[in-house]
Amino acid sequence: MNVPKNLRYTKSHEWVRIDGNTAVVGITDHAQDELTDVVYVEVPAVGARVEAGKQCAVVESVKAASDIYAPVSGDVAAVNEELTNAPELLNQDPYGKGWMFTITISEPGEVNELLSPDDYAHHIGA
Amino acid sequence: MNGTELLKRTPLYAAHLEWGAKMVPFGGWEMPVQYSGILEEHAAVRERVGLFDISHMGEFLVAGPNAERALNDLFTNDISNIAVGQAQYTLMCNDLGGIIDDLIVYRLEPSVYLVIVNAGNIENDFIWMNTHATVSAVIENLSDRFAGLALQGPAASKFFDFSATLPHFHMQRHEVFGKECWVGRTGYTGEDGFELFCEATDAPHLWRMLLGWGEQFGIKPCGLGARDTLRLEMCYPLYGNDITEETSPIEAGLTKFVAFDKKSFVGRDVLIEQKEHGVRRKLMAFKMTEKSPPPRPHYAILAGGRKVGEVTSGTQSPTLGTGIGMGYVEATEAKTGTAIEIEIRNRRYRAVIETKPILKRGP
Repeated sequence: MNVPKNLRYTKSHEWVRIDGNTAVVGITDHAQDELTDVVYVEVPAVGARVEAGKQCAVVESVKAASDIYAPVSGDVAAVNEELTNAPELLNQDPYGKGWMFTITISEPGEVNELLSPDDYAHHIGA
Repeated sequence: MNGTELLKRTPLYAAHLEWGAKMVPFGGWEMPVQYSGILEEHAAVRERVGLFDISHMGEFLVAGPNAERALNDLFTNDISNIAVGQAQYTLMCNDLGGIIDDLIVYRLEPSVYLVIVNAGNIENDFIWMNTHATVSAVIENLSDRFAGLALQGPAASKFFDFSATLPHFHMQRHEVFGKECWVGRTGYTGEDGFELFCEATDAPHLWRMLLGWGEQFGIKPCGLGARDTLRLEMCYPLYGNDITEETSPIEAGLTKFVAFDKKSFVGRDVLIEQKEHGVRRKLMAFKMTEKSPPPRPHYAILAGGRKVGEVTSGTQSPTLGTGIGMGYVEATEAKTGTAIEIEIRNRRYRAVIETKPILKRGP
């Protein structure tokens, strides 16, 4: 399973790319493989306030709906509009075109709580 | 069902792991939900051919000079209408007309029947049939000794020479890749196909041979995920979701499988009353008319802004690319073309009541 070294992770299988005070968020390769066949993605509204560890988006496969949790607190700065018509991007390119939303980080200390690539790989037994 | 250690495994368990299946609990069994992916497997069955393990389903053999009478008093449909070699869809109800199970009965001999029951109902059905049989008959539960494989899709007919002489909804005994099978031209997908019942020990060989021979047709092993999307597009009810002991065949739109002219069968009085005086709710099919998350069981169904029912089965239709489902609604609202809404996470999405099946096929 692909766990890129330049990202941080959560135990709930979100990935985070820290870029200054912005966090880009998506779901991991492991998560998309477990979910399979994503058919609907519900992202938060731009400007919405999200809190670390709280549910803020939903990814639906044919079989089930799965909650997505904010890895860090802040305001949603941008969402990936392409997912509305192409939810399968989460399966095809989870770390690239399948990104879900960005957060303007309000609590920079929370970044240190995120898992390293090695810790996440261990978490999923990879 | 708590803990996988209590789950039963079919004779094909090892084959599923070998083929990369994701396993899930279903009706007390550990079953493959998918191999390559639900959408891919669904497409294989609609366009080519797919192979399912249906060994979790129960097989009862019912025999004896009074077998016909025994089954006719237990089931709603009229078994005397089918000849040797034919199959019939039927229901088993309780005294209140609630559905205990939906089943397929194959008449193997004049007084020998093979009854296929749902996986989660095997013990229950067996006890019910033995305690409610009005006349003596041998009712044997062969579920552990038998395995079942369903070969489904337009290319299924290319597998066997006997395809030309085994009509739809019939069963014959055939040798398949060296193994004796009861082969029914039946299924749960809406496509042409076969259901093969064999000795449990023969199942892995048949699985391997069917997948090998099927390579030329682009066969895929298929799991319960695709089985569910395929049957829902056809509006075949799923026991436990769309039909239960709390619902009747009349409410479920299965009236044509109730033979009211039979003098007696369990549930008859209530079902006649429901047929004559109507029912308060009906199982209807619907299709989303705007982009929405897939509908799921227990979501509220609204008409005119008022809750009129609940979804019992729902999914994203792989063939239509839109949300579809079934659910019970107040009978006065259950009319084709009625605009409804499905409430999903506090938002309402537009849908319309459709005639069954939702997937309309060519002639």
